[in-house]
Amino acid sequence: MLKNLMDWVEYRLPIMRVANQHAIQYPAPRNMNVWYMFGFLATIVLVNQIVTGIWLTMSYTPTAEEAFASVEYIMRDVEYGYILRYMHSTGASAFFIVIYLHMFRGMIYGSYQKPRELLWLFGMFIYLALMAEAFMGYVLPWGQMSYWGAQVIVSLFSAIPVIGPDLVIWIQGDYVISGATLNRFFALHVIALPLVIVILVFLHIVALHEVGSNNPDGTDVKRKKGSLSEDEKTKYKIHEYYTSKYDIIDDIVPFFPHIVLKDLVGFCIFLLGFCYIMFFVPEMGGYFLEAPNFEIANPLKTPEHIFPVWYFTPFYAILKAVPHKLGGVIAMFSAIICLALLPWVDRGKVKSWRYRCGLHTWNLLTFAAVFIFLGYLGGTPQEAWKITASQIATIMYFGFFVLLFIYSKNERTIPVPARITE
Amino acid sequence: MSNVSLDAHDSSKTENQPASSNRRRFLTVATSVVGGIGVVGAAVPFIASWNPSIKAKAAGADVEADISKIQPGQLIRVIWRSQPVWIARRTPELLASLSGFEDQLKDPNSDEEQQPAFAKNQYRSIKEEFLVLVGICTHLGCSPQHLKDGAFEEYVEGAPEGFFCPCHGSKFDMAGRVFQNVPAGLNLVVPPHMYIDDNTILIGSEEGAA
Repeated sequence: MLKNLMDWVEYRLPIMRVANQHAIQYPAPRNMNVWYMFGFLATIVLVNQIVTGIWLTMSYTPTAEEAFASVEYIMRDVEYGYILRYMHSTGASAFFIVIYLHMFRGMIYGSYQKPRELLWLFGMFIYLALMAEAFMGYVLPWGQMSYWGAQVIVSLFSAIPVIGPDLVIWIQGDYVISGATLNRFFALHVIALPLVIVILVFLHIVALHEVGSNNPDGTDVKRKKGSLSEDEKTKYKIHEYYTSKYDIIDDIVPFFPHIVLKDLVGFCIFLLGFCYIMFFVPEMGGYFLEAPNFEIANPLKTPEHIFPVWYFTPFYAILKAVPHKLGGVIAMFSAIICLALLPWVDRGKVKSWRYRCGLHTWNLLTFAAVFIFLGYLGGTPQEAWKITASQIATIMYFGFFVLLFIYSKNERTIPVPARITE
Repeated sequence: MSNVSLDAHDSSKTENQPASSNRRRFLTVATSVVGGIGVVGAAVPFIASWNPSIKAKAAGADVEADISKIQPGQLIRVIWRSQPVWIARRTPELLASLSGFEDQLKDPNSDEEQQPAFAKNQYRSIKEEFLVLVGICTHLGCSPQHLKDGAFEEYVEGAPEGFFCPCHGSKFDMAGRVFQNVPAGLNLVVPPHMYIDDNTILIGSEEGAA
């Protein structure tokens, strides 16, 4: 009976075929380690943001007059409203923590290299959309940081020659940041950008499953058809979509349940940290929710210290390091474009840092340290020494790409093992 | 999923397979149950947030009405939960007339639960004199008109005063009881209310209830 019903549906909608092809019979390298759970976590956080976002929309009013009060209304009057809001605000920061680790994973294991260039690009587009989404979301409570953050970010566009000033007015829908700006940011935040992000995530996953998952060794688990003996092929049932084109080596496990269960363990640990922050330190000492934002927007008074939320501060430091308006804006956007161009900047053939030169490991770790240091510089009050420091750090940030471009051409690498080692 | 053979290529693990399969089933069930409890717990804020907020509860709080200035035959309107509540002071003649056309009413004895228990009487009130009603027609939610000084006779012979709904013509007597042959099926609602003192009515709570 149930079987008949499932067959009836399956004949019209390929539920089981998709489940088999993309989960139950999807070949995942068996050495995927802890670095490989952040994609899963990012998906979970995305779902959290969408669901809690929908619920917040039910009580939020997107007008300059009422936005701030409606957020207080959510916090005080709506049953469990404070939890819904803290789930959303903690989720925003969690999203970036998870995404930054996910990106760094891609960098250390060379997951952006051929044939995963487009996969990496889709990821970068998600990252860009996410930054726009987070920025506009931060404007919605209409507190002091919302207002002045919007002021600074929108003013970046005024650096564009000729059309800049008019463009800013067009973006604002007014001569200043106003209710019109708030209203359109609300529309973009709750409808346009989430749609874009969901579509990009879908494309990201489709592209991933087409080329297959990389792994910490960078050893390809899909081999040329007919190149493996029966003994070397996996004993697991793998979807014919893959086996008809490749021989799958005996170094894989099906994505479901093996990788999913591993990811769920990671998810539980993640949830512990997430819930701790959400319940006990939702403002995270002013890093997740900044103190000036508990004051209503005041166009006449800039807060004493103004910085973006922590996930933007590295780029903010780069912006401030360049003593030229347009130059700073270009440097900031270049910092993101350089990341997007990694598949072409890196001319190496070996993926994982395990089998690349020592300089590469050093370069990656320095890059991570510089990124964090820039974040510190961009997120703390101005001091004289910090200008020089952020200039040096900015040069080191771009130095990573320059160095990588140079040494990856004729790099001394260690032979990559034919089989996954662990 | 049956074709996913765990540990298929690891013979060292197959030896303790029988013992571990029970453990595995236990762990699977235990994990699912704990996870399920977590999902239910996480659903609580989402479901509960649809309840009236503290603001809505405050707006829907009990309302006090001063009845000392109402003249016999007069009707005043009070807003309670954004609805009109009528307080009418009925004259002795009017009260006497209430039993005159009971055969034309759908529910003369207030058998339907349209009023608190204390108002299940002919006058549908605590004190005979004062009638307290939610002024919303039980048909489709319009607010009926109060017709008096014989204006109601046009609709019901022998009833000088009553309520007439302009939307679909439902008719109610001066105890809020619905007449036959009109679209409304139920008597007008008597809200929970109580006398704080002789001159003040509290609408929203009844005596004895918290």
